[in-house]
Amino acid sequence: MTPTRTDPVPLALKLLVAGGFGVGKTTLVGAVSEIRPLRTEETLTEAGRPVDDLAGVEAKRTTTVAMDFGRITLRDDLVLYLFGTPGQDRFWFLWDELAQGALGAVVLADTRRLADCFAAVDYFERRGIAFTLAVNCFDGADRYPESDVRDALDLDPGVPVVMCDARERESVKHVLVSVVEHAIATGVVGHRDTPQTLA
Amino acid sequence: MTGDDGHRTADRDGAARWYDDAAGPVVRPYAMTRGRTRSADGSELDLIAVVIADEALAGPSGAHVLADRTLSPEHLDIVEVSRTRPQSVAELAAGLDLPVGVVRVLVGDLVDAGFVRVTRPVPPAELPDETVLRDVIDALRAL
Repeated sequence: MTPTRTDPVPLALKLLVAGGFGVGKTTLVGAVSEIRPLRTEETLTEAGRPVDDLAGVEAKRTTTVAMDFGRITLRDDLVLYLFGTPGQDRFWFLWDELAQGALGAVVLADTRRLADCFAAVDYFERRGIAFTLAVNCFDGADRYPESDVRDALDLDPGVPVVMCDARERESVKHVLVSVVEHAIATGVVGHRDTPQTLA
Repeated sequence: MTGDDGHRTADRDGAARWYDDAAGPVVRPYAMTRGRTRSADGSELDLIAVVIADEALAGPSGAHVLADRTLSPEHLDIVEVSRTRPQSVAELAAGLDLPVGVVRVLVGDLVDAGFVRVTRPVPPAELPDETVLRDVIDALRAL
């Protein structure tokens, strides 16, 4: 017997979409989101100068950061949220909050400016967050073999590298599937309670 | 040493200060939260925490909430939107054009008052097995 009727509450999962400024993060989110890419404004208080002079007021600064996100309702009880991470380096501290509890990430790369995604690759590697490296194949950009991209970024052999078109829904679906598969392969689920066996 | 009166006033212990150190400079959006930058219990709601305003809490057509004269229009907006469909904190912020930090505080008020409930997201590490993730893959492919 259920005492009171309650609305079904969906299980919410999140994926991050990272990469350099202008690489197509908003486009990628928009290609699969059932809502138009919404931008949330996050007002932040960040420590400015590490000094305790003055009243404490002057030592802090408030910044507004725009963050893209999208939603994919997979089932009545299952929703996937996509969060585009802020591209500017000075907002890295915001990533920790976004990364908390994330299932995995897409690092979107442009082969003309590959260095722009170094920081994102490094970030997810250090935190052990499963990510797929998706190369956004811009019109007019030279195409490189996957192995060249892998070498240039010094990726671990297990990291999937996928060529994609961030404008194309089917292509982006393929990228997201790759992230979730990689997350499963790296043991994202239940690893807290599973005894680790060393080979 | 500072010769500026303003600084001395602000520094002096016991001076009436209606903001705390975490507040930073007073910015307009936080007027809706009466200057508060975090919930009463100090916890931070996740961006994908889902806010639910079901009838048992908010009352029929949100009647319990509407009867509470201490709430701001923004509180009422949050309840109204969440009554139709459970909403994540991020969706509320985007839909109502409010900063995430403000939504967090306002939702905290509504939870304290018993008008809404919030489900905290399950981190992937706490999922019992990979079945859900297999379902995610199948559903993505079927989109």
